[in-house]
Amino acid sequence: MEMLTIKSWKERLESEKAYDLISELFEKIEKSKLNAYITLNKEDALKKAEDFDRGKLKGRLAGIPIGVKDCITTKNLRTTCASKILYNYIPPFDAHVVERIKEEGAIIVGKTNMDEFAMGTTTETSYFGVVRNPYDLNRVAGGSSGGSGAVVGREAVLALGSDTGGSIRCPASFCGVFGLKPTYGFVSRYGLIPYANSLEQIGPMASCVEDLIALFEVIAGKDNRDSTNAGKEFKFERKDRKLRIGIVKEMTADDKVMDKFYEVVEQVKSKHHVGEVEMPSFKYALAAYYIIAMSEASSNLARYDGVRYGYALDKLDSWNRYFSKVRAEGFGKEVKRRIMLGSYALSAGYYGKYYLKALKVRTLVKNDFARAFNEFDLLISPTMPALPFKIGELADPLTMYKMDVNTVPINLAGLPALSIPIGFVKGLPVGMQVIGNYFDENTILNFALEVEQLLN
Amino acid sequence: MESDVVIGLEVHVQLNKLNTKLFCPCPISYHQSEPNTHVCPVCLGMPGAMPVINKEAVKAAIKVALALNAEVQSFTVFDRKNYFYPDLPKGFQISQYDRPLAWGGYVTIETESGEKKIQLKRIHMEEDPGKLSYKGSITTAKYSLIDYNRSGVPLLEIVTEPVMNSPKEARLFLNKLRIILEYLDVFDGNLEGAMRIDANVSLKGGGRVEIKNISSFKGVEKALTYEITRQRNLLRRGRKVVRETRHFDEVNNITVSLRSKEEEQDYRYFPEPDLVPIYTEELINEVKNTIPEMPEEKRERLIKQYKIGDNFAKVLVLDINMANYFEEVAKLVSPKLAASWVVDVLRGELNYRDWDFKIAYEKFKPEEFAELLNHLQHEKITEKGVVEVIRTKLDEGGKVDEIIKNKGLFAIVKDEIEKICKEVIEENPKAVEDYKNGKKQALNFLVGQVMKKTRGKAKPAETAKIIQKLLQ
Ligand SMILES: [Zn+2]
Repeated sequence: MEMLTIKSWKERLESEKAYDLISELFEKIEKSKLNAYITLNKEDALKKAEDFDRGKLKGRLAGIPIGVKDCITTKNLRTTCASKILYNYIPPFDAHVVERIKEEGAIIVGKTNMDEFAMGTTTETSYFGVVRNPYDLNRVAGGSSGGSGAVVGREAVLALGSDTGGSIRCPASFCGVFGLKPTYGFVSRYGLIPYANSLEQIGPMASCVEDLIALFEVIAGKDNRDSTNAGKEFKFERKDRKLRIGIVKEMTADDKVMDKFYEVVEQVKSKHHVGEVEMPSFKYALAAYYIIAMSEASSNLARYDGVRYGYALDKLDSWNRYFSKVRAEGFGKEVKRRIMLGSYALSAGYYGKYYLKALKVRTLVKNDFARAFNEFDLLISPTMPALPFKIGELADPLTMYKMDVNTVPINLAGLPALSIPIGFVKGLPVGMQVIGNYFDENTILNFALEVEQLLN
Repeated sequence: MESDVVIGLEVHVQLNKLNTKLFCPCPISYHQSEPNTHVCPVCLGMPGAMPVINKEAVKAAIKVALALNAEVQSFTVFDRKNYFYPDLPKGFQISQYDRPLAWGGYVTIETESGEKKIQLKRIHMEEDPGKLSYKGSITTAKYSLIDYNRSGVPLLEIVTEPVMNSPKEARLFLNKLRIILEYLDVFDGNLEGAMRIDANVSLKGGGRVEIKNISSFKGVEKALTYEITRQRNLLRRGRKVVRETRHFDEVNNITVSLRSKEEEQDYRYFPEPDLVPIYTEELINEVKNTIPEMPEEKRERLIKQYKIGDNFAKVLVLDINMANYFEEVAKLVSPKLAASWVVDVLRGELNYRDWDFKIAYEKFKPEEFAELLNHLQHEKITEKGVVEVIRTKLDEGGKVDEIIKNKGLFAIVKDEIEKICKEVIEENPKAVEDYKNGKKQALNFLVGQVMKKTRGKAKPAETAKIIQKLLQ
């Protein structure tokens, strides 16, 4: 199937009305079996399309339909984090990235489905049901940005996702699209409903590198409302040079995925130097990641008490009973599990044993990466350790957590990483993860352009 | 001296003179506003909103820490203090834990047995929660209402070492702290909720008891006094004082148990990931030179510059507005006169009306007060007259000279008395004759006539002298 791109969409806009194209897109979405959207922005999107037709919608993304992950706040458009506890929440403000795409004329199609509060690898924890893989409806689209992964090139041209431990790269890999987790601090988190603040970034998802660059150029940049924002803008520069590329030995996958991965590596070798690198700290990375993520989550999710917004009870009760009941009914199982584990890790007597130790591992992971980047310009690995799972296949939480093993070290270090679709095994997409040095998205994207050409 | 008593205080001070809240641009001046009107996504804890540190608040906090002789740390970190309460919109309070703004410091108080340094343990920044309120009374209301106007107001928590030995010392410490904060112009102690105190107190051989959230200075002294008596009685009966947290009931002036040590909350502190550590060096340099003269320095200067007694200087520096008022008056009239009239009379008249010198600035401007004292200095008015003018001015307003004129308070000047004396001598030849013949009562009669004519405004002794001189 031909995927939608900015280029193809713009070509159609030359001969057709945006209003008709957007209407047609919504028809397709309404008939779709993917369950990729939680809330559609139809009325507003059609109005924007009319604006475009009247020449009133301008900007670098003018008239381009985009899906926005449902943990990114959109003013006056329901934002649920795929949770019952926010099933009726309508934010009073736009996230920074939403402001930026609106300024550039993008048309928001709707809010994409995800794991509840981004806690998952398959989008199966969504209160609004699982997202299905576009290549096999019995399989998952990945997570937590499963909806964004599924709509890219199909039910939108572009999508925004968020990545706490692989949540952009996993669905990108499973849905056969490009997904970039930017350097921590490159994109403002203002308006990203937090799961684990110190780990996550909003990032672009697209069906080609050119589109990915276009969206990243729009969303990256300075924002004073996020104190961890680096204040840097991004402008892509094409550079053609021989790179030193390191395969990370600890980041592996099953044989089917590895065979595909090495098939592409062989082709890359024709131009670039390819070596191997060992990262001894990675055996602790997954544990450290989950301790930090759950600890932060346990605190981030404390605000959902049914008092100011979101799921509430009709009957008043004493404070303790009221908020406990709201949370018992409003949160799903996986969210509760992570809140409890996180609270435990932060509690007196365990803080040093878990949280502080996890921070130490984090430093070791950063050191390993620093060492690797002395030797290499880019590091590569398979994005996911396996092909897309069947829905319901990963019932055990630990098995599920282990699927993040290749992606979480990047979040611990705050580095940028991109998942590139490198082909199919048994009709299912495989992704290659490309990791760059801090704020060196430019090198990653140059390499991605080459691989894209190589495989076409 | 109750030397077996050990008291420590945790004082929560609102930096309520700043313009905006600690982490958002909402205005701080909420006291006169409708509930939930000074709010935004940040201070309401809306999902996705992020805190941004208010640099001015950090500067004000550093100013306080420096003035309290504390050691401001080169870098300082915000942490999350996690607990559930409806006035806490995020389910955690952004506070500081093991990297507070400053360690140590001290405040000097004057006790009956001399000066005492109250050592401080630490000073840290945090955000104020919202405020619960009730329709009718707290006991009969069916539900609580929440006002988030206060949510995010910058607070300083100032923690003392357990070094105070009596409730009175605790009060003296709080008074002094308030004076210092007002000197720094970061704090208005008159606003509701501006200072809230947790006090911990233990007796030799007993557990430490914490009394939470006392909202007034008087309350602190009362709560401690009650608590010491309660603990002393327990110990006397051979019972144990258990370590616990108690609540001060301000209506009945008693403390009641809230929770035991086992029930203490675990706040699960960890660094706030949405904020970055603050490096203070530059801020310290910016602030250092803006610290005004502190009470002790001012006291010394007033004595030196105006040659007034320490008894006056000591009192004047208790309130920066009073000290400023005095200085403005002292520039226009004799400083000694100004000191005694400001401290002894004006202060008393204000206190009597439950007012302070901020109100004096409105009702009786220093230059007007100086004008009045100037009349006194030139004997144009009696001391009694001055007091009457002060009272009238405070209660009814008006211009100093008009009040004096309307009330007939202008003292009669010497020349005029001499003129009247001459008249009286002329009109009473018989009495003059008697006086010359040695009848002393005749003089009294003549003075009496003068008093009559001046309606009592002439001073008898002075008048007698004038008449004697005229009849020589
Ligand atoms: Zn606010």
